[in-house]
Amino acid sequence: MSAVATGTRGVTSAPWFTSLVTVVLLVAMLGIGGSVYPGFLSLQVIFNLLIDNAFLLVIAVGMGFVILAGGIDLSVGSVLALSTMISAWLLQHAHWPPVAVVALVLLLGACFGGAMGAIIHLFKLQPFIVTLAGMFLARGLCYLISVESITIDDPVFTAMSQTQVPILGGFLSPGAIIALVVLLVAIWLAHFTAFGRAVYAVGGNEQSAAMMGLNVGRTKVLVYALSGFCAALGGVLFAFYMLSGYGLHGQGTELDAIAAVVIGGTLLTGGYGYIAGALSGVLVLGAIQTLIAFDGTLSSWWTKIVIGALLFVFCVVQRVMGGRSKQ
Amino acid sequence: MSTTGATVKPSAQAAASRAALLQHPLVRPLGALVALLLVDAFLVPGFFHLEVKEGHLYGAIIDILNRAAPLMLAALGMTLVIATRGIDISVGAVVALSGTVSAMLIGGSEPTTPMALALAASLGVALLCGLWNGVLVAGIKLQPIVATLILMVAGRGLAQLLTDGQIVTVYYEPFFFLGSGYLAGLPFSLFVVAAVFAVTLLLVKKTALGLFIQAVGINPVAARLAGLRTATLITFVYVFCSACAGLAGMLITSNIKSADANNAGLLLELDAILAVTLGGTSLAGGKFSLVGSMIGALIIQTLTYTIYSLGVPPEVNMVVKSIVVFVVCISQSSEFKNILRRSA
Repeated sequence: MSAVATGTRGVTSAPWFTSLVTVVLLVAMLGIGGSVYPGFLSLQVIFNLLIDNAFLLVIAVGMGFVILAGGIDLSVGSVLALSTMISAWLLQHAHWPPVAVVALVLLLGACFGGAMGAIIHLFKLQPFIVTLAGMFLARGLCYLISVESITIDDPVFTAMSQTQVPILGGFLSPGAIIALVVLLVAIWLAHFTAFGRAVYAVGGNEQSAAMMGLNVGRTKVLVYALSGFCAALGGVLFAFYMLSGYGLHGQGTELDAIAAVVIGGTLLTGGYGYIAGALSGVLVLGAIQTLIAFDGTLSSWWTKIVIGALLFVFCVVQRVMGGRSKQ
Repeated sequence: MSTTGATVKPSAQAAASRAALLQHPLVRPLGALVALLLVDAFLVPGFFHLEVKEGHLYGAIIDILNRAAPLMLAALGMTLVIATRGIDISVGAVVALSGTVSAMLIGGSEPTTPMALALAASLGVALLCGLWNGVLVAGIKLQPIVATLILMVAGRGLAQLLTDGQIVTVYYEPFFFLGSGYLAGLPFSLFVVAAVFAVTLLLVKKTALGLFIQAVGINPVAARLAGLRTATLITFVYVFCSACAGLAGMLITSNIKSADANNAGLLLELDAILAVTLGGTSLAGGKFSLVGSMIGALIIQTLTYTIYSLGVPPEVNMVVKSIVVFVVCISQSSEFKNILRRSA
């Protein structure tokens, strides 16, 4: 009897358990959707989840690293908007070549994140308040460039937006493929490199990590730089998707990304979870939206309420299990 | 961080007394506010000019105070939450919910529900929101930012669901008094703020509540071991914060004569946190200043007014605000003070 109890406890407190719950939830949602709405369970609907949420997946990957390291980054939504804005302005008004534009935007994003990380580390400030200020700053800079939205008609960006890459009878957009590649690289980075181990160590216990001789400051700055880079790349993908730059793009994306990471099974206190959870988290959020869109009688406001409820359930489950594993 | 012992300088005494004055927590925020007002006095003609029209006081100062009222209320509640080492990012959602409920209950020109009942109901909704946050933080022991994130996401969704995403317009005249009426020549909203402020100040200064809140903020475990009912206390501050947000929601709804579930109170939580930080309350909990938060709220509103009245595009507002946050946070950090001390 007690062996069974410890056995189940061992299973529920394993790091992969919450992530597994999310995958089961996703399969269940797709299954219910498929049985209720004809045409829901086609491969293309699932591919569309990925196409529509490619930018969110990339941002959630960056956010996953920050959260694993015990921090939080509220600036990602506005960095996304700023990236679309800078890209659009450079393409349309300065007539830069698209490759240079993308490279510059990615570099700026990484520097922006890195600078926030440096402030957080050097002045021992709360990540919450520093990235909050970063959020205001990036959003404000958008409006300094232009208050209006700028349409992008660059041929390369248009091509990226309209190309359909055939896979397994369906198709993916180049943006979705980039997002998947980012996810694979991130999984490698998190689980097979010294940097990844340092991130988990810092998130688990910063003091212990420092005493072990890990360079905590360097890890933190790199993590925020990575998140800024991902946010900028998310912005580029979003610009491919929307073909415009606008200061209001991506409002609330930071919350979606945090929600995706939490639903994907990563503990917000840091050091516990998988980067791959970002994919299942993003797909669950996307599936909620698709289910509500397929239903047609439910208003879109339900999306937020369901996401809130899911967040609640996952946080409480994590809390209960987190308490157990520490005993 | 042990530096080699600082050498004592001859003018150490004068420096110490000057430092003691400068160390007063309210000096920095007050200085910032006064500096802003002086800038306005130079740049905006007739900034300090007040005149009486139809028995009401008019002027830029009154305007700033009136517009700052919802932010001041939200900042009051946020101060107590932050003092317990918490944070409440659901303030904007609660503003949207309570505003929506009051607007929907009051409805058209002839109220469907008596106004008192409608206001009580929307305050009740806010209290429930606070209770929810409090139970999550104190009962289930979620991180405050996560616990309130849930309501931040779902609360606005609920408000939008109630109104179907539409803006609910109110036509009932007496309701407008709350946000745009005048009492004794001054905007009525200021009396609401003053009343809440006075009650909070009394609770915090004349009862042991303030001490308890500080104790929880400094060390929750020690406070619990010393016999404080920390869970009840923490729940109380979240309920209080939501109640303040609910009042702010009613003021905003009454002022714009409609409830906009999509935009009412958007980013208000961030402004409130900013006001509290500007006022010298530490985000690490323990130390807090209610007066400081009021000054912080006024700084934000004055800054906004200055930017608008200078003819600078309002878009610059966010950039300025963010730079202010960076400067204030860095200058308040102990690391920065260490660097200053070493270079001095």
